[in-house]
Amino acid sequence: MTEFSGQAISWELKEGVVEVALHREPCNELGEQALTEFEVLVRALPELEPHSHALVLYSRLNCGFSAGADLRETYYRTQPMENAAAVESVRQSLERTHRVMNTFDVCPLTTIAAVHGVTFGGGLELALTCDLIIADRTARFSFPELRLGLIPGFGGIPRLKRDLGNAVVRDLVLTGRSFNVNKAHEMGLVAQVVAEGQALAVARSTARQLAKFDRATSSAAKKFIKPIPYDDLRQEIELFCHLFAQPAVTRSLKKFIESRDAQPYLP
Amino acid sequence: MGTEQRTVEEILDLAATQFKVPRESLSPDDDFFKKLKIDSLQALSLLTRLEQHFNIELPDYELQGVSDFRTLAERIQARM
Repeated sequence: MTEFSGQAISWELKEGVVEVALHREPCNELGEQALTEFEVLVRALPELEPHSHALVLYSRLNCGFSAGADLRETYYRTQPMENAAAVESVRQSLERTHRVMNTFDVCPLTTIAAVHGVTFGGGLELALTCDLIIADRTARFSFPELRLGLIPGFGGIPRLKRDLGNAVVRDLVLTGRSFNVNKAHEMGLVAQVVAEGQALAVARSTARQLAKFDRATSSAAKKFIKPIPYDDLRQEIELFCHLFAQPAVTRSLKKFIESRDAQPYLP
Repeated sequence: MGTEQRTVEEILDLAATQFKVPRESLSPDDDFFKKLKIDSLQALSLLTRLEQHFNIELPDYELQGVSDFRTLAERIQARM
């Protein structure tokens, strides 16, 4: 399968680059549909890899790269369940998401996230699986989960810790603040800052440059440079599930999801 | 014109341009959510532009409860 057109994501193989577009309204919330389609991509990757050298992830929506996990879907799916069943449902979803994220993380292709606008929570965690993040000047990043009584659950903390260090994790996770592309570049999260609307074009041009390198060498270098933090990732799932079981989280999610204000509830 | 007034005027200019509304329709005490017809994510995109324009960092939690241009200008001034 060299191309796919889904409801949440689509991809095609173009000149040795697997271009993966996110396009689920309103802002690429990562829920069951996106996860199922990402799993299709994961199954297709072994067939795509021999013909490719890079993978580029981008969003076709104006709002940004992704607003993160689909909390509305999670809330409505788990709200009618008993607490233990709700936690189990969340755990299964996290396990599947981690398998997808880990596959991107160790993918032998060089992976690039081309981001703009909102890159929050799970959206930032998805971008963090990539080797390079190229962001335009509208990009804004955040891990707001603590504000709802949770932590990032898609591997964000272990990957941020691996890539940037614990002090950065503490700042971003414990304050939940959002920050712009200049700050993201300064801290080393973003590899290249580009003009508004140019992230995909620059990612494509970067991918063309990568095509000049020997594939096996690039893959070997990546494997050496980017070890996957399995232990921390496992602990993250456990902590997320423990927190999700707390009644305060259900109350926060309910308040957040049912808010109709222009400024939705966030403590 | 005082510094604070200048900051408000620059914010109004930027907001008018970004959200394509007539500049003369905006006043310092307007509720920017209502006047610009924006939601919280669009407000964050305005914040990004303001941070870049004024070369400051303004955590979004400092804007909780802020909905008028004048108070927004005060918050920005405090970071300059």
